[in-house]
Amino acid sequence: MNGQSPADRFDAIDRRLLNDFQNGFPLSPRPYADMAEALGIGEAEVISRLRNLTDRGAISRVGPVFRPKRVGTSTLAAMAVPPDRLEEVAAVVSGYQEVNHNYEREHDFNLWFVLTGEDERHLSRVMGDISQRTGLTVLDLPMLAEYHIDLGFPLQW
Amino acid sequence: MVMNALQAEIDRDLKDAALIRAIQDGLPLVDRPYAAIGRDIGLDEQQVIARIRRLQADGDIKRFGVVVRHRELGYRANAMVVWDLPDEWVDRLGQNIGRMPFVTLSYRRPRRLPDWPYNLFTMIHGRDRAAVLKQVEQIKRRMGLTDVRCAVLFGGRRFKQRGAHYGVETPPPEAKPGQRLLDFPDRKSASGNHPAPAF
Repeated sequence: MNGQSPADRFDAIDRRLLNDFQNGFPLSPRPYADMAEALGIGEAEVISRLRNLTDRGAISRVGPVFRPKRVGTSTLAAMAVPPDRLEEVAAVVSGYQEVNHNYEREHDFNLWFVLTGEDERHLSRVMGDISQRTGLTVLDLPMLAEYHIDLGFPLQW
Repeated sequence: MVMNALQAEIDRDLKDAALIRAIQDGLPLVDRPYAAIGRDIGLDEQQVIARIRRLQADGDIKRFGVVVRHRELGYRANAMVVWDLPDEWVDRLGQNIGRMPFVTLSYRRPRRLPDWPYNLFTMIHGRDRAAVLKQVEQIKRRMGLTDVRCAVLFGGRRFKQRGAHYGVETPPPEAKPGQRLLDFPDRKSASGNHPAPAF
């Protein structure tokens, strides 16, 4: 992973496997054979290359990306934490099982986290609790509309 | 009649839940993956394919294919770019920006004045910071947003990242008594459902 540029680590076939099948994966009985045909290689080679790319950490899976938020509700929250308290406050936030992601960003609002729970009241209670324990304001920024159509991510080599 | 319809819906939901559990960590890398999944959950190959097709048509599956790990592929910089747009523009611009290839998420969220004036949140990935900033400039030029207030929030440390597993709250068959069923195990990366740090 280190030093080498990604272009050096993946040959032309690997790059096409990574790039061309992020969307519209064949829903046919032998999908890897269909991919193989498109790539001009054998089905067994597609399978072994996908396994290899997974082992190397380049692929997380071959499968679905689900729409978020089918069950329960979620929100994005932000806090402006004094830099010398960031780790302490981050640890408080991470301690809640409702928090899936919690990370730093470069801004006055420097701590961002995603909360998931059964309903809005539940999430408000957690945010109120965090606010009370830390003495800091928590911005509640729920999604109002989703605009992006996820067609995968074209890789540039 | 009503009961039958209800029962049919429940059965369908249970089968969908089983299917979602079976595929959420990826298809098996065998020559007939849909048949293999079907064997585990009591469906035949064609039924598995038909259900995945329906989940896609209903929008429950946003995308089906190879889910890459951006970070491991050398995309090391990510920024949440937030925009303060006139309310009447936000839907159209949110869609247009969301179509640009390096933008992986585009959401409208509320302003929280006076602290937070931004109402459109977009996520941009790049190989490095300079690449991300160049892409922000490209958005501004192409969308005519050079005079609009925006902020670029580069991602820093990740304090916690647990995969946002699909919320199917039925115990997996191998669950042992006493095991907590609603907590999904930590995963190495949630890339895909939320590319790199999600927001």
